Amino acid sequence: MTGQRPKGLIPVQAKRHGRGILLLAFGLLFFASSVFAAGETNIVQTVSPPADSIKFLFYLLLAVVGAIFLIVEGALIYCMVRFRKREGDESEPPQIYGSKPVEIAWTVAPALIVFVLFLVVLRSIVQIRKVDVPEDALRVVVTGHQWWWEFHYPELGVTTANELHVPIGDDENERAVFLDLQSVDVIHSFWVPQLSGKMDVVPGRTNLLWFATKQPGLYRGQCAEYCGTQHANMLLRVVAESPEEFERWAAQQAKPAVDDPKVAAGRQLFMSLACMNCHTIKGTPANGTFAPDLTHLMSRQTLASGMVENNPKNLRDWVDNPQSIKPGCLMPSFQLSSKQLDDLVAYLETLH
Amino acid sequence: MATTVAVPEMTDKSPRRSSLLEWVTTVDHKRIGIMYLLAALFFLVCAGTEAALMRIQLWKARFDFLEPDTFNQLFTMHGTTMVFFVGMPILVGFGNFLVPLMIGARDMAFPRMNAFGLWMFILGGLLTYYSFLQGGAPDVGWFAYAPLTSATFSRGMSTDYWILGLMTSGLGTLSGGINFIATILTMRAPGMTFGRMPLFIWMMLVDAVLIVIAFPPLTAAQTMLLLDRQLGAHFFDPQQGGSAVLWQHLFWFFGHPEVYILILPAFGMISEIIPVFARKVIFGYESVAAATVLIAFIACGVWAHHMFALGLSRTIDIFFSGSTFLIAIPTGIKMFNWIATLYGGKIRFQTPMIFCLGFLAMFLIGGLSGVMLAAVPFDWQASDTYFVVAHFHYVLFGGTLFGIFGGFYYWFPKMSGRLMNETLGKWNFWLLMIGFNLTFFPMHISGLMGMPRRIYTYDPELGVDIWNQLSTIGVLVQAAAFIVFAVNLIGSLRSGERSGDDPWDAWTLEWLTTSPPPAYNFEVIPAVRSRRPLWDLKHPEDPDWEHE
Repeated sequence: MTGQRPKGLIPVQAKRHGRGILLLAFGLLFFASSVFAAGETNIVQTVSPPADSIKFLFYLLLAVVGAIFLIVEGALIYCMVRFRKREGDESEPPQIYGSKPVEIAWTVAPALIVFVLFLVVLRSIVQIRKVDVPEDALRVVVTGHQWWWEFHYPELGVTTANELHVPIGDDENERAVFLDLQSVDVIHSFWVPQLSGKMDVVPGRTNLLWFATKQPGLYRGQCAEYCGTQHANMLLRVVAESPEEFERWAAQQAKPAVDDPKVAAGRQLFMSLACMNCHTIKGTPANGTFAPDLTHLMSRQTLASGMVENNPKNLRDWVDNPQSIKPGCLMPSFQLSSKQLDDLVAYLETLH
Repeated sequence: MATTVAVPEMTDKSPRRSSLLEWVTTVDHKRIGIMYLLAALFFLVCAGTEAALMRIQLWKARFDFLEPDTFNQLFTMHGTTMVFFVGMPILVGFGNFLVPLMIGARDMAFPRMNAFGLWMFILGGLLTYYSFLQGGAPDVGWFAYAPLTSATFSRGMSTDYWILGLMTSGLGTLSGGINFIATILTMRAPGMTFGRMPLFIWMMLVDAVLIVIAFPPLTAAQTMLLLDRQLGAHFFDPQQGGSAVLWQHLFWFFGHPEVYILILPAFGMISEIIPVFARKVIFGYESVAAATVLIAFIACGVWAHHMFALGLSRTIDIFFSGSTFLIAIPTGIKMFNWIATLYGGKIRFQTPMIFCLGFLAMFLIGGLSGVMLAAVPFDWQASDTYFVVAHFHYVLFGGTLFGIFGGFYYWFPKMSGRLMNETLGKWNFWLLMIGFNLTFFPMHISGLMGMPRRIYTYDPELGVDIWNQLSTIGVLVQAAAFIVFAVNLIGSLRSGERSGDDPWDAWTLEWLTTSPPPAYNFEVIPAVRSRRPLWDLKHPEDPDWEHE
C-alpha cells in the first residue's frame, strides 16, 4: 500500500458545497455589517469618498478571506472527522509523500487571488492618495501637540483647537478639505474613520490627507499613534456644516476676542499669571502657541481635547486642576484661590 | 535501536541528582534548553499578569483602575517581554534541546557560547525588569518610535533600561543564531543530507539565518538611540536634522523578520508532530522546506507594511503591499501541506496533536487578517487599532503559542522521562481555545469600530464597552488554562506515567535515545538513510528511502 496515492484527493462533496460556502461568506458579511450598525464611529458608516472606497475594499476582502476561511476550516474539520483513528485499528495508513499537480494547483490558485486583490488595491491607492490639490479645496494646517490638535485655516486667518469645522459639499461642488499634517513634538496620527483612513502626523514632514462630505454632522476621531501619557485622550471632532453656517463660523472665529470691562479682573489674572505664555487670545498680549488658542473658547463643544463637555463647572474644574481631569497633561495647576478662579473663569466665559 | 542498548536507564534512585551548581555551570545543550524554557515561563507569567491588569483597566469606558502612565508601562513591557523574553527564548530553548538530538549530534557546535547566550538572555530580561525598581518601566511601546524616546519626551532612565536590556539579550540571541547555523551545517549524522533533515531542523536553520540578518540593525538602531539620549547625538531628532522615519525603517527591518523568527520554529514543531499523530509522512516535504526559505527571503522585504500610514510615497506603499501579498503564497502552501498530511491518515487526538490542530485553525485566521492588512487602503483604517492587535495575537498566540504547547506536551517525555496527564492536557487545550477566542476575536470588531491600540481608556461614545468586556472575561478563562498547565507540568514531573524512550511511536532521531537522554545523547552516532530514520527501523520491509 505504501507510496500509493488515493484517487481523487479532493472530496467530491466539497465541489457541490461551493455555493453554500459563498452563501455562508455573505452571511458573515451581513453579520459584520449589523455589528457595525450599532456604533457610529466605524469604518463602514462612511460619508466621504476615501472612506467609501476603503469600505468597498473591506467588503471585498471580507468576502474573499471569508470564503477561504470556510473552505480551509471545512477541509480541516473534514479531515479530522473522516480520518480519525478507529477503535482497535493499529495498522499504519498508506504513506503519501506528495503530489506535484496538487501542490502546483494550490500554489497557483492563491497566487491568482492575491494578484487580483493587488490590482484592486492599486486602483484604490491611486483614488485615495491624491497628490494634486484642487484649486478650490479648503486647506487646513493640522498640528499635533501632546495631547491636543491645532487647526489653522491659513486662507481664513482662523486658528482653533480639537474641533475641526468644515463645509459640506453638494453634487456640483465637492468642497474637498485638504489637511496639511504637522507635528511639533512626537508622532501622532489623524484618524476620523467615517471620513478617511488615518495618516500619521510626523515631526519634520508634512503629510497630506483629504476628505469631502455631503452630510452635515459630527464625526468623531482620535489620535491613532501612541504619543505618550495622554494618547488615549487626544480626541478630535469634525463638525461638517452647510457652507453658510461654515462662513458664519469662520467670520466669527477670525475676529479678535471681545473685551468686556466687567471681567477686567479675570483678564488681568490671565495676563499676569503664566497663562499667556502658552495660550493665545487674539486682541490681547497673550500670544503663546504651546497650548490651544482660547480666543473663541466658548464656541467649542468640549474641553481637554474632547474629554469633557464645555460647561461652566467643567471649565472651573479644569482651570483649578487640569491633572484631576487629564492626568499627565502639560497644563499645571496654579493653586488659585476661589476668588481668583471665579474671576478667571468669568473672563474665559466671555470668549465667545 | 541497537545503539541504545548499552545506555543505563535513569531512575528516581539515581545518585546523580543534579545540584543547582551543576545546572548553572552546565554547557549541556539539553540542560541549557530546559533552562531557556523555565526562564521563558517565568517571563510568561510576568507578561501575562501585565496583560491581565490592562484588560481590567479596559473593562469599561473611563474606568479608573490604573494610572495612564502605569498602563503605558504595562503594554510596553507586555510587548517587549512576549517578543524578547518569552517567544524567542522558548523557541530557542526547544531548538537547543532538540537540534543536536534530531540531527544525531552530541551537543551544539559551540557549547560554551550556548551557555553564554542563555545567561545573556536572562541578564537582559532581568535588567529590563529592574527598571520597575528604578522609578518606572519603559513606557514608549515595544517599537519605541522616535522621537517619543528622545531625552526630551522620555525623561528618566526607563528607555535606557529598555535599550540596554534588549541589547544584552540580543547578543545572546545572535550568538544562539550563529550556533544553530554552525551546528546544523556541520554536525549532522552521517547520511543526513539537507534533503533528509527533519523539517524542524530546516525551520531552525532558516530561523537562525533570519536572526543573524535581523538583529544587527536593531542593535545599530539602539546604539544610535543611546547616543541620542546620553551623548547628545541627533540621529532621530527631527528638530536637529535627524529623522523620526529612520528609526521606523531600522526597527521594522528587524521587526518584520522578527515575527517570522517567532513563528518558523512553531511551524517546524507542528511539521514534526502532525505527521506522527496522523501516522503519515509529511505531504510535500520539499515544498514545505522550500516555502520556509521563500518566507524568510520575502520577510526581509516587507518591513514598510508597518508604515503604510506614515505617508511614504505611493510607490513605496505599492511595493510593500505587493511583497506582503506575496508572502501569503508560501504560507498558504504550508497550510495546505499540513492539512493534506491529515488527509488519509489515522489521526490520534492526543494532547500534542489537538494543540497542533488548534494551531491550524487559529493561525489561518491570523494569516487571513494579515492578507486584509496587506491591502494598503484597508490598513489606513485598521492600522494601529485593535484589529491589528487581534491579527498579531492570532498569529503569535493562536499560532506560535499553540505550537509551543503542542511541543511541550510532545517533547516533555523526552525531557523528563514522564508523560504529561492527558485529561488535564485536554482541559488545558479547551480552556485556552475558548479563552483565546473570547479575548481576541472581539478585538477585530472593536478595532474597526474606531478603537486605537495603546489607549488606557476610551470614550463611552465609541460604543465598544461590550467587546472589551468579552475580551476581559476571555482573559479569566485563559488564566484558568495556564493554571491547569502549571498543575499538569508540576504534577507530571513528580508522578507522571513513565514514558519510555519512544511514547508516540515517532520517527526522528531524538526518540532513538533514552528519555531523558544521557549527557552524550547517543552512544553510537546513528547513520541515516532517509527523512524518517525510525520509520526505516520499524518498517524494514518498506523503508522511506525507497520513496524519496
